[in-house]
Amino acid sequence: MEYILMLIACVFVNNIILSQFLGICPFLGVSNKLGTALGMGVAVIFVMTLATLVTSLIHVYVLVPMGLEFLQTIAFILIIAALVQMVEIILKKSSPSLYQALGIFLPLITTNCAVLGVAIGVTQKFDITAGSYILDSVIYTVCSAIGFAVAICIFAGLREQLELVKVPKAMKGVPIALITAGILAMAFMGFANLVPAK
Amino acid sequence: MKKLKILTNGILKENPTFVLVLGMCPTLGVTTSAFNGLGMGVATMFVLVLSNMLISMLKNFIPDRVRIPAFIVVIATFVSIVDLLIKGYLPSLGDSLGLFIPLIVVNCIVLGRAEAFASKNGVFDSILDGIGMGVGFTLSLTLIGAVREILGSGAIFGHAFLPASTNILVFVLAPGAFIVLGLLMALIRHIQQPK
Repeated sequence: MEYILMLIACVFVNNIILSQFLGICPFLGVSNKLGTALGMGVAVIFVMTLATLVTSLIHVYVLVPMGLEFLQTIAFILIIAALVQMVEIILKKSSPSLYQALGIFLPLITTNCAVLGVAIGVTQKFDITAGSYILDSVIYTVCSAIGFAVAICIFAGLREQLELVKVPKAMKGVPIALITAGILAMAFMGFANLVPAK
Repeated sequence: MKKLKILTNGILKENPTFVLVLGMCPTLGVTTSAFNGLGMGVATMFVLVLSNMLISMLKNFIPDRVRIPAFIVVIATFVSIVDLLIKGYLPSLGDSLGLFIPLIVVNCIVLGRAEAFASKNGVFDSILDGIGMGVGFTLSLTLIGAVREILGSGAIFGHAFLPASTNILVFVLAPGAFIVLGLLMALIRHIQQPK
C-alpha cells in the first residue's frame, strides 16, 4: 500500500520533471516524436534504477562507513558515467535489437541530471539507518523514472500537435514548448492533494 | 579587442540560457526569487571559471579518448568545493538551492564550455570565456528570478513593494517557471530578430 501511494505521488503529485525540474534537457530535446520519447522514457527507467541501486549500495557500504560523504558528488557521477558505458557495451554484445532501440539514448543519459539528482536525492530523503533503505530508494527511483516517462510521452504527444499550429515567429520551437510545458505542469498541479501528506 | 569579444560572447550573442538553451534544470528549478537566481548563477560561474582554467592548463596532458571522464572529475571537484562553501557560509541559500548545487556537475554549460572552448584555447582566454558565460548565465537567472518574484510575491530581492492581494501565486510554483522562461525567450528572440 505504501509503495502504491509512492507510485502515485511520484508520477502525478511530485512529478520529477514538472514539479522538481530534473531532466529538463531530454524533456525538451527528445520530445519531438512520440516514438523517440517512449524510447527515452524506457532507457531512463532502466538506467536510473540500475544507477540508484549501485550508488545507494556504494553510499551505505563504502562512503558512510568511511566518513567520505563529501565525496558523494564525484563518486556518484563517476559511477553513473561508468555504468552507462557498461550498459551500452553489454547491450551491444548481448541484445542487438534492444541496443538498436535504446542505444542512441544511452550517451545522452549520462548528462541527464535526473539520474544524478535522484541518486543524491534518495540519500537525503530516506533514513540510511533504516533496514529498508536500499529497497525504498530503488522503488522510489522506479516510480520517479515512470513519472519521467509519463511526462515526456504526454509532452511529445502535445508537441506533435503543436507542429500543425501556426505560432508567431519569435515563439517557434523552444519558447512555445516551454509554455506548453507550463500549462501541462498546471494540469498536474490538480493532483496536488491526491495523496495525503504523511 | 578579440579578448573583449570572448568576454561578451557569453553575455549576449551566445547567452547560455536564452540562445543556447543549456542548463535548463537549475534555470527553472531555483529561480523562485532574484536572490536564489543570483546565488545559483554565481556558484555556477565559480565552477565554470575554475574548471575552464584547469582544463585549459591540463589539455596537453589528458589523452583524447578519456577527456570527457577527466573533465567530469575536474568539474565535480570544484562543485564539491562550492557545495561545502555554500553549506558552511550561506546555509539559508544552501537550503533553498538544495539538490541543484551538486547538480552543477551535470549542467551542460560547464561540460559544454570545457569541451568546446577550454580544451582548445589558452588559459587566459578560457578564464575570460568562463567569466563571460558565467555572467550571462547569472544575468539570465537573476532576470527570471526577478520576474517571478515580482509577479509571484510582489517583491524584489526580498523587499516587498506590492500588496499581498496582487500576488499571483502560480508564478512562484512550478508552472510559472516554464511560462516565464518561455515568454522571456520569445521576447529576447523578437528583439534580436533582424528587422
